Amino acid sequence: MEGYNFAYLDEQTKRMIRRAILKAVAVPGHQVPFGSREMPLPYGWGTGGIQVTASILGADDTLKVIDQGADDTTNAVSIRRFFARTAGVRTTTRTAEATVIQTRHRVPETPLREDQIIVYQVPQPEPLSRLEPSRVQTKIMHALGEYGLMHVKLYEDVARYGQVSISYDYPVMVNGRHLMAPSPIPAFDNPKLDRMPALQLFGAGREKRIYAVPPFTSVRSLDFDDHPFRAIRAPHACGLCGATDCYLDEVVVDDRGKRLFVCSDTDHCATRREAGHSGADSLPEAAE
Amino acid sequence: MSDAIAIPGFADPVADSQRAFRAVLDAMARPGRIADLGEGLRAPAPLDPATAAVALMLADQETTVALDGALRDAAPWLSFHAGVTLVDDPTRAQFVIASICPDLGSLDAGTDEQPETSATLILQVPGFGAGPGYRLSGPGLENPAILHVQGLPDGFAAAWQANHARYPRGIDVILCVGNRVAALPRSVSVEQL
Amino acid sequence: MAYVAVKGGERAIDNAHAWLAEQRRGDTGVPEIAPRQIAEQLGRAVDRAMAEGAIYDRGLGALAVKQAQGDLIEAAFLLRAYRTTLPRFAYSLPLDTGAMHVARRISATFKDLPGGQVLGPTYDYTHRLLDFTLEQEASPPAAAETETDLAPMPRVQDILAQEGLIEPDALPGADDPGKPPADLTREPLSFPAGRDARLQALARADEGFVLAMGYSTQRGYGGSHPFAGEIRMGEVAIEIEPPELGFAIDIGDITLTECQMVNQFAGSKTVPPQFTRGYGLAFGHCERKAMAMALADRAMRAAELGEDVTAPAQNIEFMLYHCDNIEATGFVEHLKLPHYVDFQSELENVRRMRAEHEAAAQATRKAAE
Repeated sequence: MEGYNFAYLDEQTKRMIRRAILKAVAVPGHQVPFGSREMPLPYGWGTGGIQVTASILGADDTLKVIDQGADDTTNAVSIRRFFARTAGVRTTTRTAEATVIQTRHRVPETPLREDQIIVYQVPQPEPLSRLEPSRVQTKIMHALGEYGLMHVKLYEDVARYGQVSISYDYPVMVNGRHLMAPSPIPAFDNPKLDRMPALQLFGAGREKRIYAVPPFTSVRSLDFDDHPFRAIRAPHACGLCGATDCYLDEVVVDDRGKRLFVCSDTDHCATRREAGHSGADSLPEAAE
Repeated sequence: MSDAIAIPGFADPVADSQRAFRAVLDAMARPGRIADLGEGLRAPAPLDPATAAVALMLADQETTVALDGALRDAAPWLSFHAGVTLVDDPTRAQFVIASICPDLGSLDAGTDEQPETSATLILQVPGFGAGPGYRLSGPGLENPAILHVQGLPDGFAAAWQANHARYPRGIDVILCVGNRVAALPRSVSVEQL
Repeated sequence: MAYVAVKGGERAIDNAHAWLAEQRRGDTGVPEIAPRQIAEQLGRAVDRAMAEGAIYDRGLGALAVKQAQGDLIEAAFLLRAYRTTLPRFAYSLPLDTGAMHVARRISATFKDLPGGQVLGPTYDYTHRLLDFTLEQEASPPAAAETETDLAPMPRVQDILAQEGLIEPDALPGADDPGKPPADLTREPLSFPAGRDARLQALARADEGFVLAMGYSTQRGYGGSHPFAGEIRMGEVAIEIEPPELGFAIDIGDITLTECQMVNQFAGSKTVPPQFTRGYGLAFGHCERKAMAMALADRAMRAAELGEDVTAPAQNIEFMLYHCDNIEATGFVEHLKLPHYVDFQSELENVRRMRAEHEAAAQATRKAAE
């Protein structure tokens, strides 16, 4: 794009972010402060992920951008266009074809490989933020590895509801040392983070933090022996592809309470339908 | 202007530094993996292309760099092309570029609150694939990896384990040979074979 | 009704942008407004966009106000996103507001003082009656002019300082002379945040936020008995010192509003009682902002001055993390992005918990029968 550097950011900014990313990889799960820039998209709309992606992206990369698991949600379209415009990189909706995947709120159903990098957009990088609003205090807790506050919260949940009530952005312990916010992915996706072959990078633009989980690193969802972590999904099959092991969106189809459940990962669903799978509600025009 | 300074940095600064970064990122994310930086850089003696590329890709006027005695001839080139602030005292540098492994315990290891402020050691070594073997395990590794490196001092594994024991504080190392790199993040455990 | 996977995000966005452009232009029967008109006739809007956009350029400020349809937070956002990509050629020397070419200068602490009280172009004593003559194009009569008094206008604080009655000016780098002033646009906020970082954050901060927080100190939430020592507005020269020259050169003038609040005296065993300072500075003519900033600055010095930190305006972390309207608007407005994945997980969670609750209730009923 005229007047702007490759992938928008100037080289000095990229160096600063690259330094932060390398330190983040060296201390898995630790939030590294960085000089987050104002981007031409609003804070809270993926500026952290965009800055991380802009700093790693090269001309040979193939980029996939998803929001809520879908490539065609408006914010995913907007970010994909931003990179197509500023970096001219190839974009794809196919998880398997992508070398870099930027995501908001989901981890693709297709298992990621060693030669892929997934970049998460993070609104609130501090897993303790709802329990302790002061960053001065939470920083000390991370330094000491003192996470009693979170265990108490989970224990109180169990006492009150008989289970942990957190259903997304479910806190995880990384490499046995740092408590980490996995970003607001559904807890259903948490197990995918554990020992994932792909490098996972997390960018929080407004809060100015970058963190990382290297490949094959232990990522454990906090739980108790007598109340083990449980991934939640709607107990249905996808109405379009029939999948029974994927995370589903619930679509309200009429005003009499009728619901349709479909895969949230649009690429995974389309790939399955191409392979001949179908669900109870699939129609010819739906299977594009 | 001396001849050494005239040697260009990256031929294509944007693309070459991105490629170098991805190689180093790959190496840092998978300790012991040897990554190739490509052929985009000519380096002034006594720097290897990889050493020069890593320095150019990461250091600039916002960072402090210390060069050890054996590499001091590259100082004018580094100042000119990266605009770095060179400091004499390696214990106060964010990046320490060396061909002789310094005492890891003497470099800035950061703090428990800000472990990211620790130094990165860019260590130019004679070769990979030969020399003593080290078994690496930790984040980034599905199974322990074996890395052979020439030129690390005797007792390196013990010194490294002392560094590793300070986690999350600690030094991260980028090893450079020719146009290749391997990395040892502080999170990795090292055992000499 | 059959469900068809939605495609068409791209087209929807294009259409939305086209509609927005059409709406921005409005009725084409009405002449289009030019940025120059905005710069000349909506100057206070441009000033605020520049102050919060953190860039001094009236032309760009006017363009941003036009592009944002007068939404000043949106305009400041446009300017911020632009400035972030600009290369930095030099850092200016500290500005000398004592040498300001003053258009307005008032003090509430002295009836008269060297240089006098200069009311300047102010709304202060206008009666807020809608002026229906402005519905028509009209040129106002020329304002009276007098010979410019070139006599210096010493700052009220300097007058008080001669007697030692007010704490000395905190010069940048006073605690650590080698250290350049903080720059939040390059380094993220960290704590403890020095006054340099705090003032930078407040200068860029949302006027409404700073106003409300400054106001809260007047209502007892962290009060500091302020007097408006001086408010001055006018042009100040910007100087840089290129290393290859070795001396300072003037690169232009900018309009600034500065406010020095004189606050309650503090004293201790080692320091005799003296007045303390609160400082405000903003691009352009932004008097409300500069005054509120001075109140907020003084409130945030509570801990430094040994006062109890009890009020929101005294809580540095709270103030600095919430004063920036570009951060705030982004995060508040991001709630309109789709969250249906997370909502779905909450739905399933609540359904599951309700089912377990119902099962437990049934078991209790059965046991009772």
